[in-house]
Amino acid sequence: MTRLLIALLLILPALSAPRAQTNDGALEITVAGGEFEPISLAAPGFFGAPGAAADLAQRIRGVVLANLEGSGLFRAVPPEAFIQQIDDFDSAPRYADWQAINADALLTGRASIEADGRLLVQFRLFDNFAQGQVEGLQFFADPAEWRRIGHKIADAVYARLTGEGPYFDSRIVYVHESGPKGQRVKRLAVMDQDGENHRFLTDGRQLVVTPRFSPVDQDLLYISFERGEPQIYLLNIATGQQEILGNFPGMSFAPRFSPDGRQVVMSLEQGGNTDIYVMELATRRLTRLTDSPAIETAPSFSPDGRRIVFESDRGGGQQIYIMSASGGPATRISFGQGRYGTPVWSPRGDLIAFTKSGGGQFAVGVMREDGSDERILDASFLSEGPTWSPNGRVISFFRESAGANGAASLWSVDITGRNLKRLTVPGAGSDPAWSPLLP
Amino acid sequence: MTSTFKMTLMAGAALLLAACSEEPPEASGPGGNPSAIGALDPASVAYFQQTVGDRVFFETDSSRLTAAGQQTLVRQAAWLAENPAVNVVVEGHADERGTREYNLALGARRAEAARAFLAAQGVAPSRLRTISYGKERPEQLCSAENCWSQNRRAVSVVAGAPTS
Repeated sequence: MTRLLIALLLILPALSAPRAQTNDGALEITVAGGEFEPISLAAPGFFGAPGAAADLAQRIRGVVLANLEGSGLFRAVPPEAFIQQIDDFDSAPRYADWQAINADALLTGRASIEADGRLLVQFRLFDNFAQGQVEGLQFFADPAEWRRIGHKIADAVYARLTGEGPYFDSRIVYVHESGPKGQRVKRLAVMDQDGENHRFLTDGRQLVVTPRFSPVDQDLLYISFERGEPQIYLLNIATGQQEILGNFPGMSFAPRFSPDGRQVVMSLEQGGNTDIYVMELATRRLTRLTDSPAIETAPSFSPDGRRIVFESDRGGGQQIYIMSASGGPATRISFGQGRYGTPVWSPRGDLIAFTKSGGGQFAVGVMREDGSDERILDASFLSEGPTWSPNGRVISFFRESAGANGAASLWSVDITGRNLKRLTVPGAGSDPAWSPLLP
Repeated sequence: MTSTFKMTLMAGAALLLAACSEEPPEASGPGGNPSAIGALDPASVAYFQQTVGDRVFFETDSSRLTAAGQQTLVRQAAWLAENPAVNVVVEGHADERGTREYNLALGARRAEAARAFLAAQGVAPSRLRTISYGKERPEQLCSAENCWSQNRRAVSVVAGAPTS
């Protein structure tokens, strides 16, 4: 992954293009509301010299558009509607022609293979109603990394036009499932967020569950039954190096990294009782945070690292609580009908995602940290285990269908509840965990 | 008309019986075959599974041992006293109607409930270990209460005895 060299040089507007009227971009919109019209984007072409460059240019354009349309926030204007035929990267847009077909934005690009073999990709983004260029970047990379350039361009367009943080240049680790329901074979696998570059990280000989990405690098935490009793393992997916997190007297599970990646909050079980602990990774020093006969598990740090949201059945049933990152008294935040578990704090801090069960169904939803504004995003026989995209805008989770032939599948949904879709994986999958934005 | 009515009555009676039965059969181990039991070595794993009963069942979201479960564990403890070279791993399991991590914790509670009962019956704690499988290893695969009730279990897996 480090072979990707990105030169964040602003591409100057084409000579004859008028200057942007506003540097803030008139298109910037708030997309959290109930009513939303996708941004219409015209992408007439990514150009390149005939051969490898032109081929890569077209494929990169395809990745950019698939990401943007897949987000549910963009709509690509069909080329048949175009009035101006742009056939060169340096052509100046005739904004009136694009306004006439209601194309909010215009994206053009160019790819070339440099003398040293590197791929150079440039793009420009125009706001057709503000009548100016609002973004322009160029990227150098090994041609093999062309998909990542597509993700980077999509991220730049998405961030510029929606005002949200980027998330396309990221990955998802999950548990690939095969075999009969009573003897599932479970393997860790990782893929780009769009399902590409899929590869397995474990061979299936050990039962593994609940991988978790470090928010700062390519380390994973996961649970393996390798030693019999479930234990937390740490795996670097770049090097393949892995180790057990500690020699605990009982089961260790439910791990998550702190926002700085230096600590792990987790559950340790001893004598049948489960409590929450935090471990400093550098020293492996362990601090106990809860001490009660209840099940206290599924801890997740707030993005500022100062608080921990977790689930406990101390009140009788599974509910969500918040405590200081140093332990102490906890405040219950979930009060709806049913049981609440698997709380995960959004990376931007505004929401907590959870799994809720009751009435024969399981649902994934979000609420504010005071428990207000609960919103169910998906409900089914089993919808479980939300994980946040790096920008806190999208949630991935898994479903499992009922019965002896039931199978797990991966899904994603916008936090507004729109754009529910199944992720494409080779077979069945559960326990998704989204990576941070790649470096 | 009359025969249909009778059928309905019988089905209703069967349902009532099922509802009265507090527990699924405790001794329905895998491969249980009544005609073969007579031939089993009383010190064997198969005898422990089929005649003594290797598992106890729990109510939804509960780790409380039922009366039937306690009787099974009393028999297990007596058998373990007769077979002092045998060690036990108590596996705790949950049904599929819970989240993965909660179910790991719940399975640990169930395994511990069975382990502690066996220890209180005089089985040396050094012979007893526990593992929770949460909802990872259901034994019955349907998505209905008659399967879930069989999956909410603590199974005593014995090692060091002849298999049959």
